Amino acid sequence: MTGNAPFIIVGVIFFLGLYAILFERNLIKIAIGISLLEASVNLLLIVLGYRSGGSIPIFTLAGEVRRMVLPTPQALTLTAIVIGLATSALLLSLIMLLYRHYGTLDVREIRRLRG
Amino acid sequence: MNWQIHLPALVLAIPLLGAFASPVAGLGGRNVRNGWMIFISITTTAMCLLLLQKVLADGTAVYVMGAENWNLTLPSGLSWPIRIILQVDAFSAFMAVVGSIAALAGAFFSLSFMDKFTGLEKFSALYFLLVTGMLGMQLTGDLFNFFVFLEIASVASFGLIAFWRDRPEAVEASFKYMIVSTLSAMFILIAVGFLYGRYNAVNIAAVARMLHMGYAEKIALVFLVVSLTMKCGTVPMHMWTPDAYAEAPAGVTCLLVGVSQASLYGLFRVCFSLYGASLGSSVIPWTIIVMGVLSMFIGVTMAVIQKEIKRLMAYHSVSQIGYILLALGVGLLALRDPQAMADYGFTAMKGGIFHIINYTMYKGLLFLTAGAVYYAAGSRNLNELGGLASVMPHTTFMFFIAAAAIAGIPPFNGFVSKLLIYQSTFAVYPLLAVVALVTSVLTLASFVKVFQTAFLGPAKKKFANVKEVPGSMLIGMSVLTIVIIALTLFPTWTLSHLVEPAAKALVDQAGYISAVMGGGL
Repeated sequence: MTGNAPFIIVGVIFFLGLYAILFERNLIKIAIGISLLEASVNLLLIVLGYRSGGSIPIFTLAGEVRRMVLPTPQALTLTAIVIGLATSALLLSLIMLLYRHYGTLDVREIRRLRG
Repeated sequence: MNWQIHLPALVLAIPLLGAFASPVAGLGGRNVRNGWMIFISITTTAMCLLLLQKVLADGTAVYVMGAENWNLTLPSGLSWPIRIILQVDAFSAFMAVVGSIAALAGAFFSLSFMDKFTGLEKFSALYFLLVTGMLGMQLTGDLFNFFVFLEIASVASFGLIAFWRDRPEAVEASFKYMIVSTLSAMFILIAVGFLYGRYNAVNIAAVARMLHMGYAEKIALVFLVVSLTMKCGTVPMHMWTPDAYAEAPAGVTCLLVGVSQASLYGLFRVCFSLYGASLGSSVIPWTIIVMGVLSMFIGVTMAVIQKEIKRLMAYHSVSQIGYILLALGVGLLALRDPQAMADYGFTAMKGGIFHIINYTMYKGLLFLTAGAVYYAAGSRNLNELGGLASVMPHTTFMFFIAAAAIAGIPPFNGFVSKLLIYQSTFAVYPLLAVVALVTSVLTLASFVKVFQTAFLGPAKKKFANVKEVPGSMLIGMSVLTIVIIALTLFPTWTLSHLVEPAAKALVDQAGYISAVMGGGL
């Protein structure tokens, strides 16, 4: 019996990620915040599909148990993880380019576009 | 069997094929690559037009991916759909046509505009991936699929905005857009999770049929509205818009205007088709209206003080998005009351939807002319430009058409849609119409400024050698100019044949649901 604990953990990770994106000044830390956010959303989807005592949702492998966890959120999560990977790779490469151009990772100094 | 039933899938498959075959076409040299880009753009636009024609004639088109039969939405007697379903009603098809025309113009324009740069096969691959993402968002009938196409479009646009990666500003703009866009994509996924948790379905029609307002649905609605307004650049979250629009290559900016309409499409699909009458209170409509009014006014006041031509136009697009939000927010406000709907709600929706096509066409054209000026004169700064009318007569003419249309000068198409918006919003609350009028005047003022400083005045010595831009750029701009002139000449036909069916489709929630779920449920 896990109760609501997974949802609370999802919430905590989500707000940690959001905090990092909004208030951190280092680009790498912002990227970490985005990864945290993605992780929390993926966790939310998995938790939504969980049924206590359920087995893997593959008919031939599940054995005797009658109760399975929901398969759709797992498929959604896999897709979301792949998309998250692409986004993270691109994010880090943009950070690399920014560092080359500006010589810093501080958002306060990367401000050529304004007004 | 009639091949036209496969049109919804073809609209997505053709640009996707175009994207992944672009590197192969690039091996054949410059002419093969350019020919491929034009071929795919024209075919995509033709497919979108055919799809619109089919939808207007036969009603909502449904296409089930991966089923034995293309229209088997409820397999094996199940009462809920399990496969990915593309659902195209008149509003989706209308949006797809608008987006594909912008993509066509941007593709023609980019041929010459990007010619002096390397890596163009990657450019055209990303370009068509962005087109696929945009069209997918507009055609899908599935919430999770909407998220997937949104991410396809976002990732492609990060690459395209930072295409000139040796310019620090371009990378910076792309990074900003990336943060905003990833955040909004995650919000959408959370909303999808909440709705899935409640209804065990991700199909829009299936969820809409079962939807009862509760806490989970309210949270999901707030996440969806916040993220989608963030993606289309309305005021509290508009910071990325001027940067991204100004720094992307001009052909891409023209397409990005179309892509921001896809997020707008998502917003209205969620509000009208997913929640519809069960929205209950008028909090969400008023939120949308207030955001629209703020965008209109703040966007235009920021635009007036800009010195860089593309940033100025980008702030105008924030302000024009405000008009569309205002109009459709008023439509949403009137949704539960048939009398109000007949009095002003439907007029507002017609105005808003007409403004979508007008806005995409003239804003795309304005960005293209700004790109042409940058290409020919090498500057985007209004303080340096001047006297270009004598050396670039065609560009000047097209800029004039677009500027007159955006400022809403009669008889141009912008005037028609703005008039509908003024009329209907006045019935709700006169102040709304006043703000819209003031915005329109300020828009006119700032485009008179651009026209006067960049194109009129004595020819400057610095620009003596400036020549008119190459043919393909002129073709790209002419595509949009022709559409604007056609909309100007035939506003009544457009309203009754394109805009009204789209507005009706948007209001008709029951029709949207029954197209997938069958009539008897």
